[in-house]
Amino acid sequence: MARRGFQISRLPGFATIAIAAFVLLYLPILTLVIFSFNASNSVAIWGGFSLHWYADAWANDDVKAATMRSLVIGASAAVLSTALATMAALGTTRRRAFKGQTFIYVVLNQPLMVPEVVTAVALLIFFGILKVATGYQGLGYLIAAHTAFCIPFAYLPIRARLESMDLALETAAADLYASPFATFRRVTLPLLAPGIMAGAMLAFVISLDDVVITEFVKSGGQDTLPTYMLGQLRRSFTPEVNAISTMLLGVTVVMLTAFFLLTRKKD
Amino acid sequence: MSPAEANAVRTSARNGWLLSLPALVVLAFAASGPLLIVVWYSFLTANDTGNVIHEFSTDGWKGILYTYDIFEERYALADAHLTIFWRSVWLSLTTTALTFAIGFPTAWFIATRPPQQRAMWLFLITIPFWTNLLIRTFAINEVIRNEGILNTLLIWLGVIETPLQINYTETAVLIGMTYVYLPLMVLPLYATIERFDMRLLEASYDLYASRWLTLRRVILPIVKPGIIAGSILVFVPSLGAYVTPRILGGGKNMMIGNFIELQFLQGKNWPLGAALSVTLLIIVMAALLIYVRVANRDRSQGHG
Repeated sequence: MARRGFQISRLPGFATIAIAAFVLLYLPILTLVIFSFNASNSVAIWGGFSLHWYADAWANDDVKAATMRSLVIGASAAVLSTALATMAALGTTRRRAFKGQTFIYVVLNQPLMVPEVVTAVALLIFFGILKVATGYQGLGYLIAAHTAFCIPFAYLPIRARLESMDLALETAAADLYASPFATFRRVTLPLLAPGIMAGAMLAFVISLDDVVITEFVKSGGQDTLPTYMLGQLRRSFTPEVNAISTMLLGVTVVMLTAFFLLTRKKD
Repeated sequence: MSPAEANAVRTSARNGWLLSLPALVVLAFAASGPLLIVVWYSFLTANDTGNVIHEFSTDGWKGILYTYDIFEERYALADAHLTIFWRSVWLSLTTTALTFAIGFPTAWFIATRPPQQRAMWLFLITIPFWTNLLIRTFAINEVIRNEGILNTLLIWLGVIETPLQINYTETAVLIGMTYVYLPLMVLPLYATIERFDMRLLEASYDLYASRWLTLRRVILPIVKPGIIAGSILVFVPSLGAYVTPRILGGGKNMMIGNFIELQFLQGKNWPLGAALSVTLLIIVMAALLIYVRVANRDRSQGHG
């Protein structure tokens, strides 16, 4: 009997644990997706295929309003945070290190470091004061909050793209008498575009998923899809929530696949 | 440096600041700045109707550890609060240990696949990582709740007769946090293991080290920066967790995040909530500082 080849990097039991980890990561999500198509009311017993939870969710005016709100906030926050992050990335890369650069990095990445519930409390207090002082109760507060915590997510892929870009092309453009603005618009921006798109998508996904900060900042009747779902949990749990989750999941997977295709290094 | 060069450096620095400024302003307005207001509020007086009276007081800070006993007219140690802190720290540490126990073999497995397969395995880890935390908590809730898949299956198999009460226990929070934060452990571990020189294993085995000894004396010391990074990445959000303990733990198994929420959204005691938030922030910052110091030390020592 031939002895199995001695594989140098194999450690006993590691592959088994790893495969189990992948199965355990996906099993709950798959269960949730499968039971969103369940005809019966149960989330554990299969009663045949049906789309009626999707129909229910779609017919629910609260769900429609929350979806619209999530999309408006997500799109606004993605556009604004990406614009700000692009400028900041241009300001902090490809130039000689300057005084205060570390400070800028820390502030830009601050939302990644502070626990979300602490930021949420801070905004609850601060926006509460503003709401009383100005009388304005609209979606602007949520858009501002989402824009702020999306900035680091938009910044990181844009900065990574900028750092891997070849400075020679811009130098060449300048040598050919292109104005700084023309160089930026015709050379830098097109090269940077995949990074900007990737940043915008991450920002959109992050905004769409936020629960904690939205829960604390929203005024009455400003539920987004995640806070609506959290609220539903207090009442009865129905597969309708599974249907909404599956739709959100679909959006996330599509966006992420696009993100990976955009940031993939050319082989 | 010639005057022209010095001038160019100054212009470059000024442009750097100007380009970053709009982002900094938004962050100061809707993220960093309001944190200072929390510090301010922790020193104000609580008002019965929620919110605060603008009078200096240290009651918020005292309230973290003590409650005022109105019958005996003295301060007594607040056991309920200490239980919540202890639970938060214990659950976060255990979550970190569990994610490491599962995450290290997983990261090792991915890093030892043929290069063209690695991206696929990594993508499989990244999808849950970017998937809504709320959805993932719902998903694990579906599995472990009384009428969920696990109990239905076990009853159907005849292993148990009455459903196991997992939901609304500390175990449920632990399972949930391990589930949702596992990718945060795997990704930094993978990044370090990928750079690991597999020839060192050969050397170790040539010198008659067992696999266990090789793991302990060769692999673990070299991937230590990844272990620290992963541990901090899991520990920090675990300590501030809000959604997972709320859904899986119920009212009885609160963590600091839920306790803070209770002070604000249920309108109990804003200065206490603010003091708790500042405390949580300080602990997290301390953990991050330790991480930065260890990471820098490892870099300056330089492996290989």
